[in-house]
Amino acid sequence: MIPGEFIYHRPSSVAEAVAILANHGEEARPLSGGHSLIPMMKLRMAAPEHLVDLGGIADLKGISEDGDMISIGAMTTQHELIASDLLGSKLPIIRETSQLIADPQIRYVGTLGGNVANGDPGNDMPALMQCLNASYVLTGPEGDREVSARDFYEAAYFTKLAPEEILTAIRIPVLPAGHGYAYEKLKRKVGDYATAAAAVVLTMSGGSVSFCAIALTNVADTPLFAVEAGDILTGSTLDAETVKRAVAAAEAITEPASDGRGPAEYRTKMAGVMVQRALARAAERAKG
Amino acid sequence: MSDTEQFPVTMTVNGKKVQRFVEARTLLIHFLREDLNLTGPHIGCETTHCGACTVEMNGMSVKTCTLFAVQANGAELTTIEGMANPDGTLSALQEGFRQMHGLQCGFCTPGMIMRAHTLLKENPNPTEDEIRMGISGNLCRCTGYQNIVKAIQYAAAKLNGTDFQEAAE
Repeated sequence: MIPGEFIYHRPSSVAEAVAILANHGEEARPLSGGHSLIPMMKLRMAAPEHLVDLGGIADLKGISEDGDMISIGAMTTQHELIASDLLGSKLPIIRETSQLIADPQIRYVGTLGGNVANGDPGNDMPALMQCLNASYVLTGPEGDREVSARDFYEAAYFTKLAPEEILTAIRIPVLPAGHGYAYEKLKRKVGDYATAAAAVVLTMSGGSVSFCAIALTNVADTPLFAVEAGDILTGSTLDAETVKRAVAAAEAITEPASDGRGPAEYRTKMAGVMVQRALARAAERAKG
Repeated sequence: MSDTEQFPVTMTVNGKKVQRFVEARTLLIHFLREDLNLTGPHIGCETTHCGACTVEMNGMSVKTCTLFAVQANGAELTTIEGMANPDGTLSALQEGFRQMHGLQCGFCTPGMIMRAHTLLKENPNPTEDEIRMGISGNLCRCTGYQNIVKAIQYAAAKLNGTDFQEAAE
């Protein structure tokens, strides 16, 4: 399992990295943590002629708060997301989700930017970012543009990211203090992709739901933002009847593959179960 | 493209500075084993699952089958070969694995010890659950993990200067 040959580039700025990508077009690939790309290269399913290592670009690291937005550099690792006190207090669902990704060694190296930019439907962060209404900063030769996580994914491994662009940062609106949250992931073992997973954030006010967002992982070619399920629950008291309707609405948008994780029908049902569990846990955590 | 383009790498491995030229596609595990002759880190699954190739790099546990040597340029690495005390006696973790029978075939052991080494630096007094989650990226097909957990508990106690109480079976 030896990758094919390539030319290695280690730029020290985003501008330099973008210039290299623009120069080589589809023959070049950016390398972040590499824990998706390097295995593909070892299998020779990916054979970029130029590899642009983003590991030397200091600007791509770090987590900062700017008013009601949190900005996370694309090269921030899952380990750093878990360790961040800022995220732990403002957006604790990011820590909860990060802890369910892969294993400790991989979390030291795997990055948020790589996880969301890769377009692998098995990755956990894309659905979470849709749930949180995050946007991605894409930097190309013409400068920056921002694309909502809810519009970014087109099909498995196909996204709005152009070959000469780098996903440089993730911007997430801060949720009100006291919001409820949960990421529920069914997996066969540590390190596995989800059989199905659901991200839920909600706010409660006087015993009823004032806001609710739900997204699903690995039950379609892309992450799924379950807009209808969230709408059904908004205004409700999370009574059993309404939850049942919302779960059905979430299940209805799934289109999972039948694979080693189970037949499609099972994975659809498990997506519903994950939504139900995540709702219950989010409601328990919500104040108000 | 040039077939044999070589890239210079410099790193500190087990306290010693090394400098080599490598092909960009050289994986770190192959660099350690074949260029530096450090065969403690093992090649198990080669697919980022088993953890037998784990070493410490800049204070992180990493799987060296899924990193290129060029990515480790400038890094500080510790492998199992760098774990014994300077006088050659066993470190607390190595002693723990010996005393608690934390290995049978021994294939996973270098990776287990290197992972546990970083885990105990970050969390010197882990619960059993934290140990189990902490080594969840390392597979052992012999022990059933019980004695590995005990070995890490033994090392934690020794490093903390507390008594190790072996849990009842």
